[in-house]
Amino acid sequence: MHELAITQSMLDLVLEQAEKAGAMEVGRINLVIGEMSGVVEECVKFYFDFISKGTLAEKAALSFLMVPTMARCRDCNESFELKEFDWACPYCQGNNMEIVAGKELFLESIEVE
Amino acid sequence: MKIKVLKDILDANEQLAERNRQLLDSNSVFAVNLLSSPGAGKTSLILATIKSLKGEIKIGVIEGDVSSSLDAEVIGKEGVPVLQINTGGGCHLDANMAYTALNNLPLKSIELLLIENVGNLICPAEFALGEHKKVLISSIPEGDDKPFKYPLMFHKADAVLINKIDLLPYLKFDIQSFSQAIKAMNQAVEIFQISCATGQRIQEWISWLLIQLSKR
Repeated sequence: MHELAITQSMLDLVLEQAEKAGAMEVGRINLVIGEMSGVVEECVKFYFDFISKGTLAEKAALSFLMVPTMARCRDCNESFELKEFDWACPYCQGNNMEIVAGKELFLESIEVE
Repeated sequence: MKIKVLKDILDANEQLAERNRQLLDSNSVFAVNLLSSPGAGKTSLILATIKSLKGEIKIGVIEGDVSSSLDAEVIGKEGVPVLQINTGGGCHLDANMAYTALNNLPLKSIELLLIENVGNLICPAEFALGEHKKVLISSIPEGDDKPFKYPLMFHKADAVLINKIDLLPYLKFDIQSFSQAIKAMNQAVEIFQISCATGQRIQEWISWLLIQLSKR
């Protein structure tokens, strides 16, 4: 359900940038979404189709770069992908880690005409 | 033509949250965003906190719910200023809703503002309200696998309260592995074991809260 609010914020940001550039139409929207954000691609697309109607972005294709959750072990300094139900460092079995990727939720770029 | 943007999608909410923070700070109000799944004990915690701090700290409450004003009515009976926000189907509070609420509360006579978010472990994690601390309540009947299922919420929490510990003899819940999982990805988190129903160890939470307030 939070995808609706997120999609609305994303569309507002896209339109603001497109208007600033004097664009006629937005062709593509490139998003970077971290796995931890729990944002579902299909859900964003579904809402986007509805709320973009009548705007410069109504025909825009959405492109998603999904970022896996990555952690760095504070004990041995190795980095690794954090798998479900396995929150220990695969190198030293330590459990003191820092999340270094996976929380992303940003608009990377837009392609306009 | 490609336009680089590199902006957080929730930037607008972040900016509004910052405005709320400034409003709170200028009135010396310390705000706590209470997060949990439905039924974990947010309202009970608010009631227990009011009871403990009555006459000591001036408390205000914002109640966020999809619908109804049941919680606000219960809290209003305690004689503290309370404001109900109904999201009308929305699964979380956002900074704009919080701003409206802040403008309708007597901030000058509030020292501690407890904001009860909508019961949900997903969406409220993403939407800052301008709070000083995020406090997550996770209760024994929910099971000890929640940090793995809702990692972002546990990662962002400043404190986790394990509520309903009076039910530990009847339910399977490994507090040690639960705490270890949270600490693994959130080293700085404070973890408390409490029971709002029996009042067990509530004082540990209250002491932490008072320390946070004194740092304000």
